[in-house]
Amino acid sequence: MIAEIGLSALWLASSLALLQLLLALGVGGQPTAKAARGLALAQGVLTFLSFAALIILFLRTDLSVELVAANSHSAKPWLYKFAGAWGNHEGSMLLWVTVLSLSGGALALFERRVGEKMLVASLAAQAALGLGFYAFLLFSSNPFARLNPAPLEGRGLNPLLQDPGLAFHPPTLYLGYVGLSVAFSLAVGAMLTRQVDAPLARAMRPWVLGSWIFLTLGITAGSYWAYYELGWGGWWFWDPVENASLMPWLAATALLHSVNVLAARGGLRSWTMMLAVVAFSMSMVGTFLVRSGILTSVHSFAVDPQRGTFILALLAIYVGAALALFASRAATIKEGAPFEPVSREGALVVNNLLLSVILGVVFVGTLYPIVAEALSGEKLSVGPPYFNAVAGPLALILVALLFIGPLLRWRRHGRPLAKWVMPSVLIAIGVLIASFVLAPSISLLSRLGLALGVALLPASILPLFGRSLKRTPLAVWGMVVAHLGVGVALIGMASDSAFTKEKLAVAKPGDKLTVGPWLVELSGVAPVAGPNWTAVEAHLRVSRGGGTETLRPQARVFTSPMTETTESAILTAWNGQLYAVVGRQLDDGWQLRLWWKPFVTLIWLGGALIALGGLIALLGRLWRERTRQAEADE
Amino acid sequence: MKPKHQRLLLALMAIAAVLAAVLLAMWGLKDRAAYFFTPQEIAIGKAEQGRAIRLGGMVEKGSIRQLSDGVTIEFVVTDGEGRITVRYRGITPDLFKEGSGVVAEGRMQDKTFIANAILAKHDERYMPPQLGNQAAEHAVQKTLTK
Repeated sequence: MIAEIGLSALWLASSLALLQLLLALGVGGQPTAKAARGLALAQGVLTFLSFAALIILFLRTDLSVELVAANSHSAKPWLYKFAGAWGNHEGSMLLWVTVLSLSGGALALFERRVGEKMLVASLAAQAALGLGFYAFLLFSSNPFARLNPAPLEGRGLNPLLQDPGLAFHPPTLYLGYVGLSVAFSLAVGAMLTRQVDAPLARAMRPWVLGSWIFLTLGITAGSYWAYYELGWGGWWFWDPVENASLMPWLAATALLHSVNVLAARGGLRSWTMMLAVVAFSMSMVGTFLVRSGILTSVHSFAVDPQRGTFILALLAIYVGAALALFASRAATIKEGAPFEPVSREGALVVNNLLLSVILGVVFVGTLYPIVAEALSGEKLSVGPPYFNAVAGPLALILVALLFIGPLLRWRRHGRPLAKWVMPSVLIAIGVLIASFVLAPSISLLSRLGLALGVALLPASILPLFGRSLKRTPLAVWGMVVAHLGVGVALIGMASDSAFTKEKLAVAKPGDKLTVGPWLVELSGVAPVAGPNWTAVEAHLRVSRGGGTETLRPQARVFTSPMTETTESAILTAWNGQLYAVVGRQLDDGWQLRLWWKPFVTLIWLGGALIALGGLIALLGRLWRERTRQAEADE
Repeated sequence: MKPKHQRLLLALMAIAAVLAAVLLAMWGLKDRAAYFFTPQEIAIGKAEQGRAIRLGGMVEKGSIRQLSDGVTIEFVVTDGEGRITVRYRGITPDLFKEGSGVVAEGRMQDKTFIANAILAKHDERYMPPQLGNQAAEHAVQKTLTK
């Protein structure tokens, strides 16, 4: 019964989407806008209902539903029954569609800044997106299909996904991915109604910021999850699936900066519209990469080639239509106010160009192997050697420009700049020289990363100087915190790749090993059991000078499906992490792999700071809108 | 500068950026794309010595051998046509076992493939598409009938 409710809610939502799309063609005016708002809201409620139905089915382990039988098991802890609802292809697409409809609903509910005509057009664009993905769910990925007869037990969830991360990482990432659809729809609506101007940018900005915050958090969380769950000690692999989330983030970061130019100065109009289209297109490209099954990854669940073709067709239709609209309207979009090359606008243009180039090289590197294989059958893969060598230096140039850009004035920068920028440059040079003396053998990229990261810490705070701190807008505080986060994350990345110490050995109970400053003793190995797994657990007594602590890495065996996983154990110190993995049992002991990773935690701390900066800026913008609205009402 | 000229300049810069990205990517891909080889292709000498490549196939039954240091293993990757010995120092991934699919990343050194990473499939039900059609189909058939 619950499955049928979920399915009918989806069908109903898709018919409402069709109605909402048709509304845009009909008469204008207030009744239409009101109807469009109502339809968008109802869709949001209906898809949410459908998603809730799926979660209930998973919580109850209703094995008469094919999806539950194929991906769940009654002996799973409840958290993985709950989060397992989206730990498979169909459920994950339903989450995607739910976020899409909820975004449309939120747009209908909260957006009061743009005109009615434009709102109707934007909601129609959102409905058009919705229709395609509803069809995808209903015709090729129905999560509610029944199974008759029902099996006695489900097949279980991939053990690598059985981690609290599953409850957090996909929903966060999807909120960011799919939240960008609002920026896309607003841009389409604005181009259709020929209203590409500063008020549009002010309306678009909070949606972009919100999505970008979730994307940042989702990527950061995903990176930490891969780091501790996969047991390889790496935090970013340039895996196509990771790139699938990085590409929308790069586009959204560029959009976030250019939308400010449009909002504050009325400039970069066409460019901002283009970026809004590109950003959500990258989300769809990411969805295609991850959900079509053309990639080998923990993210690509069971594969059906028909689905890949379906998403590819949707992608082609939406991106093609949006680009055609852009091409037909670009000439009618007005020019913005002019500016000098050395100005805030000029700096943001450089920021956007660099981010676009990075996006381009990541895009080509990610898709090249797929295209090459489709065209010539040649199998190849592009990995860290390419991305680090090509995207790394560009990212460092971008960071270096952070020393200057935020200090510049809008339109034309008249004040002397050197006395503000010189200290940061001197710090960077100082760190660079120190790194040559103290650590002669590290790579150039991590050396530059350290120097720029450390110098960015004070440089990012400079825009606050000469301001009254009380009257500084929250948006400026947000910028400062986010840029500080970039510096913090960069130090973490550089330090991890430059100073990590590794130890790989076979140890018997009582054996002592050293890694970096740590003394590690294998004190024993014991069997342990969980709800749906058994494991051997190594007890490691670790110390460096002071007190002793215990690390307990495990090698787990899951019963359904039958799989082995390694559970790393991590000790977080103030200046880094000690990471331990236990491997197989051999005749003369156990395989142990240990890493000492100085300051690796800064990577995720930096990511969190970047997101926090976004949040501060978002709150500042919304607060300002409200007071402005209140003043206008009086 | 007139607004119109400025817009033209910005448009040209955007186009230049896209071109730069493509050129940069092509330069980077020229010698950094790690090619994917099957054991047969390596056996007939298609892979250059010392170049970063990926090797994919099935781990031959009974071929995994632990070396005396305890953390290095040697095993044979086969696709039914060729056999290549792989040496790897480290803890093998969770789903690595005999008779199952594997992708190794590394370099050929004489007749041995020195792997610096072993990628096993993530999911029991999943076969890497890169593993090529016959081996993969065969293995999938086997799992299905199991």
